[in-house]
Amino acid sequence: MNPFAYHRATSVQDAVTTVAERPDAVYLAGGTNLVDHMKLGVAETALVVDVGHLPLYDIDHLDDGSLRIGADVRNADLAAHPIVRSRYPVLARALLAGASGQLRNLATTAGNLLQRTRCVYFQDVTTPCNKRSPGQGCSAIGGYVRYHAILGASPHCMATHPSDMAVAMTALDAQVVYVDVDGEHRLPLTDFHRLPGEEPHRDTNLPAGALITAVEIPAPLDGAHSTYRKVRDRNSYAFALTSVAAELVTEDGTINSARIALGGVAHKPWRAHRAEHALLGQPAGEDTFTAAADHELAQAEPLEGNEFKVELTRRTLVATLLGLMEGHQ
Amino acid sequence: MESAHFTQVTVHVDGETRQVEIDNRTTLLDLLREHLGVTAPKKGCDHGQCGSCTVLLDGRRATTCLSLAVAHDQAEIVTAAGLGDQTSLHPVAQAFLDHDGFQCGYCTPGQICSAVGMLDEVKSGAPSHVTEHLEKSPDLDDDEIRERMSGNLCRCAAYPNIVAAIHEAAR
Repeated sequence: MNPFAYHRATSVQDAVTTVAERPDAVYLAGGTNLVDHMKLGVAETALVVDVGHLPLYDIDHLDDGSLRIGADVRNADLAAHPIVRSRYPVLARALLAGASGQLRNLATTAGNLLQRTRCVYFQDVTTPCNKRSPGQGCSAIGGYVRYHAILGASPHCMATHPSDMAVAMTALDAQVVYVDVDGEHRLPLTDFHRLPGEEPHRDTNLPAGALITAVEIPAPLDGAHSTYRKVRDRNSYAFALTSVAAELVTEDGTINSARIALGGVAHKPWRAHRAEHALLGQPAGEDTFTAAADHELAQAEPLEGNEFKVELTRRTLVATLLGLMEGHQ
Repeated sequence: MESAHFTQVTVHVDGETRQVEIDNRTTLLDLLREHLGVTAPKKGCDHGQCGSCTVLLDGRRATTCLSLAVAHDQAEIVTAAGLGDQTSLHPVAQAFLDHDGFQCGYCTPGQICSAVGMLDEVKSGAPSHVTEHLEKSPDLDDDEIRERMSGNLCRCAAYPNIVAAIHEAAR
């Protein structure tokens, strides 16, 4: 690890101003991803600006029914919050499916969004990686691709974003609130993370130096049922091979609204617009759900060695939607 | 310039206030073990995956290997050695002894701190991945204990006795 200076930010303004003057600086909150990557030699910095002590730890239920989650709210606190448990089961379930109890006590809302999209080769500095060093080549081609993308990858990178929380927030149409030297801005979470394209080193569209201050989630739809299902190689404390965040509203057996996002299958949380479109106005049931999953996954381009993830995702999506019909949360 | 890479840090460890100047790169785990001689938390994987470095950090269980010490100035830290008192073991530590909840013992200080923190989380009503009803208080059955303790690995695989020990301590 390189030596670095440390600055504990005294305010959001102080943090943003400090980093604006120092392009080599990084923000630190819980540290569970950044410190790991600094140890591995994947991340380097000359200045750590600690934003983990800023007063960004409130969860506010706003008058319009939406939820404003401070950037420094710990994953454990968000999952345990009564409003999240009662109104956004998909989000509580996703948070509880991620990491371990110890890490959820450290990891923050903004840090979870900003954890690196990654794979085993990205984290191993002895192997070439276009995300770490653009132009170096991708070691995943012909390699170990069990956790790699089946949707939206490019020849330059096929890593996946490992967050569970972000998949649920993507389905819930969350907005990322951030501050830079020009003031406060908002970005829909669906536009926040990027597909790799020609620039696999860029995980997000967050402007350089900007600081996330909150995530806002609109009020859930009336009559909505939502849940999160994660499939992994062991029962607990493992990344998703595939995961599904889903919310359905039905009336007299007809689907009035469907919001779906997939995890573990793309460089970003994957909003399944095609599946949603195929569900609208249709009778809720296995045939409809299967057709919707097929419609979404028709665009899948699995790698040699992870073809199974297409079928696994199809079955997981159908099972999740069927579970919602049976009242699972 | 070099002085910019060092910071004076104060932590309160197992009831004792300790002050030391450290390189900013120092993790909380290395501060405890290498600088303060507090060796109850163990360095296993050093990447947040095994849980052997778990302590109670400001009252909550946390791995110390992925935390920079400089970011935890003035923190209250309780390690496995700081649980209980001079005359009696903490009930969770006693239950691990009574149920043979360990073999080599290397992961045990982390397991015990994690269990203490976890039982507080259950008491506060926090659900887990395996909790059926998100809005009800969870019943601490075997599945709940296993899920909530999944951040602590035991290479000796003493898991059945760890689960039994935690059941006992929860009573």
